Amino acid sequence: MDSSAQIKPAAANPVRARRRAASILDREGWLGPLLISPAILYIVLLVGMPFFMALYYSVSNTTAGSETMAFVGLRNFANVIGTPNFQTALKNTFTFALLSQVVILIFSNALALALQNDFRGKRLIRFLILLPWVAPISIGTIAWLWIFDSTYSVLNWTLRMVGAIQGQGFMWLGVPHLAMGSIIAVHVWRQLPLATVILLAGLSSIPKDIHDAAAVDGAGFWRHFFQVTLPLILPISLVVLLFGLVFTFTDMIIIYNLTRGGPYDTTQVLASLAFYTGIAGGDLAEGAAISLFLFPLLLAVALGFLRIARRTEVT
Amino acid sequence: MNAEQFRIWGARATRWSVLGCITFFLAFPFGWMLITAFKRTGDLYDLKHNPFVFYEAPTLEHIHRLFAETHYNQWLLNTAFVGVLVVFITVLLAVPAGYALARLTGNWGEKLGIGIFLTYLVPPTLLFIPLSRVVVNLHLDDSLWSLVLVYPSFTVPFSAWLMMGFFKAIPKDVEEAAMIDGYSRLGAFIRVVVPISLAGILTVAIFSFTLAMQEFVYAVTFISSVRNLTVSVGVPTFLVHGDVYFWGSLMAGCFIASVPVAILYNFFVDRFIAGFTAGAIK
Repeated sequence: MDSSAQIKPAAANPVRARRRAASILDREGWLGPLLISPAILYIVLLVGMPFFMALYYSVSNTTAGSETMAFVGLRNFANVIGTPNFQTALKNTFTFALLSQVVILIFSNALALALQNDFRGKRLIRFLILLPWVAPISIGTIAWLWIFDSTYSVLNWTLRMVGAIQGQGFMWLGVPHLAMGSIIAVHVWRQLPLATVILLAGLSSIPKDIHDAAAVDGAGFWRHFFQVTLPLILPISLVVLLFGLVFTFTDMIIIYNLTRGGPYDTTQVLASLAFYTGIAGGDLAEGAAISLFLFPLLLAVALGFLRIARRTEVT
Repeated sequence: MNAEQFRIWGARATRWSVLGCITFFLAFPFGWMLITAFKRTGDLYDLKHNPFVFYEAPTLEHIHRLFAETHYNQWLLNTAFVGVLVVFITVLLAVPAGYALARLTGNWGEKLGIGIFLTYLVPPTLLFIPLSRVVVNLHLDDSLWSLVLVYPSFTVPFSAWLMMGFFKAIPKDVEEAAMIDGYSRLGAFIRVVVPISLAGILTVAIFSFTLAMQEFVYAVTFISSVRNLTVSVGVPTFLVHGDVYFWGSLMAGCFIASVPVAILYNFFVDRFIAGFTAGAIK
């Protein structure tokens, strides 16, 4: 409205000139979207669009080499569900995820409680504990490949030394159930640090006077643990579990590097099967269908997060 | 010793044995890399030898071989190249987005922020199949540029979320004072808010770099020639399937690629966790 009045002195006075530019860049209604839209655009193009492409591929007959694509309805899903490969992978996905999460929850709680108080050397111990998570996982897994080596396994050597076994020792990655056990152990190794650190962050947010009050009331260790500490760490453990499930359902790196899904597909999970079908096998459509079976699982986890986020907002 | 003392000692012993066992489990593979990397070949593959003991003097032959006879050097350079460009793109996109989420978009910004955070949970294993086609259509297959293009899709959401937290912690008076001094809102953001948020931006840069360095699924999908691999794929795919008696060099390669970056990451991990769990834990 008074823009004509502002223009003239603007040329003479630099501060005023800035003011005039400001009148455009001050409008938050414009600036907000302007600053955020590049990021949104990037995410839409490289997460949103591929996601819908995956949906479309799963109902088409596309392959890596082909240029054409025809709609085939739910045929891929029907084909996939019928194969023993898929059924094994689905079963393995749940075995792998649930067993590893149980072990991770127990170990991480024990570790977080042990690390809760300050002591000398805590920083070093924390660094050592964090290593598996902060080092690239594909590379950490190779150390395990060496530890599980069929001839030179240090585990077998140690077991031989203490007299637990004789002769060659275990084929850690070559026998069905043992291979799954080894995979779970490596996954626990990889995820335990993250779980522990999240729990520690949660534990430190619990007011200290709660523990003091319980001590004054004369609660013993176990009573204290079950009636005070456990109810307080359960919600944090839930967060750990949700993160853990996301990363476990979707992980294929450990399996790819240690067993390639073998022996006899006994360690194949949905994520790795999608890779072998879609990328290695070139059947994009079927691969996409397999990976989409992960989606309901992830959606459930995301909804869990939203609920927690909302609840903390209320309190 | 009375019961109270007994209980305290018991608790202490339990705590240290828990710590000791689990820490050993977690750190052992890295120690094992180190021992293997310096052992002479003859010593390493003699089944009568105790694998924890050096029967012969330590050697640098494996490290020498790693750099002289493999593409390890090239992979390190490739990783640095991708990492630096990804950091650049991420900072450029995520810092303004974080500011907008923190200050300018009000109520729907909060929901948008949660939405952006949730995209971080959409895993590569859901997207790598369509993205492999996108990369081919853009003629970026077997090129490091495919990784530069795709990696920000997982670094930007998390970084924007993290930056939002940083900007929210800065008092609004800072910008208001700058705007009274004649800066526009954008000017206040660039000249005043960004300089005092350098710690946050550095954190985002470090994370983006380490996440890019750790990534495996996209790189193994998009890249096919040995020369174009990053460390996190080159070591597990090409080094493992070479020579059977290559474990010394392989473990040297693992150690060099993991521990320095772990040390760097360690300095910033608390901020990372705070961002990770914001909203979920208070």
